[in-house]
Amino acid sequence: MPTNFLFAITPWPALSAIIWVVVLIAVLYLARHTAHQAIRTASGAISRGLRIAAHSVTHAQLRLAERNREVLLAAGREAKERIVEREFMRVGETVRKDLANYPHLHRALSESITQIEKDHQGAVDVPPDPPGWVKAVETVSKLDAKNGGNDVLSDIHKSVVKAHKEAMDAYRDASSERHELLRSMMPRWRDVQEILATVDKKVEGLLTRLAGVDRHMQEYEAIVKGEDKAVSVLSSSSLVHFFVSAMVLFVALGGAAINFTLIARPMAEMVGGTSFIGVFKTADIAALVIIMVEISMGLFLMESLRITRLFPVISALPDKMRRRMIYITFTILLLLASVEAGLAYMREVLLQDELSTSAILRGGEPETGNQFMWITTAAQMGMGFILPFALVFVAIPLETFIHSLRTVLGLISNAVLRSIALVLRVFSSGFRHLGTLTERLYDLPLFVPLWLETRWAQRPPRPEAEEAALSRPAREEDLREVAS
Amino acid sequence: MKRLVVLSCVLLAACSQSAPVARNNGVYLLLDTSGTYRAELNKAQDVILYTLSKLEPADSFAVARIDTGSFTEKNIIAKATFDERPSAANAQKRVFAEKVKDFISRSNASQYTDITGGLLQAVEFLNEKHTGRKTILIFSDMDQDLQKGYVRDFQVPFKGFQVVALNVTKLRKDNYDPREYLARLDHWKEEVEKSGGQFRVVNDLDRLDGVL
Repeated sequence: MPTNFLFAITPWPALSAIIWVVVLIAVLYLARHTAHQAIRTASGAISRGLRIAAHSVTHAQLRLAERNREVLLAAGREAKERIVEREFMRVGETVRKDLANYPHLHRALSESITQIEKDHQGAVDVPPDPPGWVKAVETVSKLDAKNGGNDVLSDIHKSVVKAHKEAMDAYRDASSERHELLRSMMPRWRDVQEILATVDKKVEGLLTRLAGVDRHMQEYEAIVKGEDKAVSVLSSSSLVHFFVSAMVLFVALGGAAINFTLIARPMAEMVGGTSFIGVFKTADIAALVIIMVEISMGLFLMESLRITRLFPVISALPDKMRRRMIYITFTILLLLASVEAGLAYMREVLLQDELSTSAILRGGEPETGNQFMWITTAAQMGMGFILPFALVFVAIPLETFIHSLRTVLGLISNAVLRSIALVLRVFSSGFRHLGTLTERLYDLPLFVPLWLETRWAQRPPRPEAEEAALSRPAREEDLREVAS
Repeated sequence: MKRLVVLSCVLLAACSQSAPVARNNGVYLLLDTSGTYRAELNKAQDVILYTLSKLEPADSFAVARIDTGSFTEKNIIAKATFDERPSAANAQKRVFAEKVKDFISRSNASQYTDITGGLLQAVEFLNEKHTGRKTILIFSDMDQDLQKGYVRDFQVPFKGFQVVALNVTKLRKDNYDPREYLARLDHWKEEVEKSGGQFRVVNDLDRLDGVL
């Protein structure tokens, strides 16, 4: 009806439409300045609001990043302190163990060297006596042969030959003795070599360990200084720790689920199979509670052993109290494991009973079980006993998971805040440009009056007007302006 | 500390409900022992054993016969509320099955069929047990035949009950006029639903899965 009315202001609908378009364009043209202002104000306000929000989010992100960095460095510093402390303890232990042996080694080495020196001196080659009888032979040879010189010489020769033979025998004996001494030196040399090799090995081990300590100390210094490289390394380490510990926890969750299956059914025999707490069966909750208590005991045991450090109160306990706690938690774990083994056995008995009843209700003979049933029973009992102890070790990945979770959550929050800031900036810019676009779109149907306006503004000044301006007497204000 | 106490109270309130919700199942099975239906009792035994296998600890189950006057405890062949311990419940189920087998082997045919009396007895039994779900199974041709003097023209309170007619056999007269069979079923459906109960018919005994 209103549309018909609009087209009915003249007898020709087309003419009516044209009139309305002209009127609309005129109204839009007249309201153009105000509309542009309104569009600019609205888009500018939204854009500025978004920009302020982006700044605020960026500021929060920077603060969070700084906080994350501090937390990461603090965690890294603590972890490194633990490592360095442990390394020093190992070095101290090595030094104590090996250097305690050093006097013994030194004595053994000195004894060996003394013995070698003694043998060495004993093995010195003794030169044969100088030939003292040579002059006697010369004197006798100068005697006249008639005076029996030849006989004397032949006697001397015999004596000499005999003496030579004796001397050679003595020399051979002495050489043999020296060789024997030299031979006996060989094991002592080997002993010395072995002792020195042992010392060398231990010193090498110590040096390697000290090199490790040096490396850890350098990393520690970098962390204390808050270097970017250290932060980057710690961050990536945290991510790796997070995923690895999450994987191990997932495996542990599977173990806990199997444990739950083993004990939930027989629990119904103890607490009844029909009572509920909320929407959960009491038997299921009881089984779950047992598993949770086992995990808690495992945590306390690990804390008492100082393997994990989730509870500073336990770590700070006196050694005597801590040892008591170890015994108590271990005893409780042992009892719970025994209970679980019993429940696992009960489960097998119940299962057989149920199968037998089902067989009777199906109209068959009751099942008597097979001869290999004891294998599954034993396996279930074994699992029931072992799984609680296996769950004790959940404490280690749990601690790592909790510590690395802080870093991972920090990184995720940081990334989310950064993304929000980016989106806000993009929207802010978008709204600014949207305002400009809306202005242009507003002007689009007004192209005819705008074109006319432009033409009007660019028209050359009329000659009559110029002449009139020139012939007009100068006003007093104009003259004052020129004078100044 | 105050906050902790308040939190504990809220948690306790969430865990403990004002009135404990019964989650157990109550089943009452009526066996028609009239002359026209007695031949079907062997099938009934299978249904009873199947029902026993489906019931859980703390459920209640009773099997009663429909004869001339069914509104009496004497008609109950076997009844049990199973123990909460699964092992004890299994033992009860075995004893129950033995009782039913014994009855099936030595049951006599009754002259009349008082279905309404049996239903009333079933309602009383299950109401007394306060079970969460109440189901009455009727193993009968649903043809009520009352002896003179028995008054059964009243409404049985079926509110909250599910009545399932099993193996409703067709009588010879139904073959001449099937409308009688349909009218019979409609009558019972109307009787049950008028009192707030649910009624259904299951003739294929291999499809009892959704009944319990």
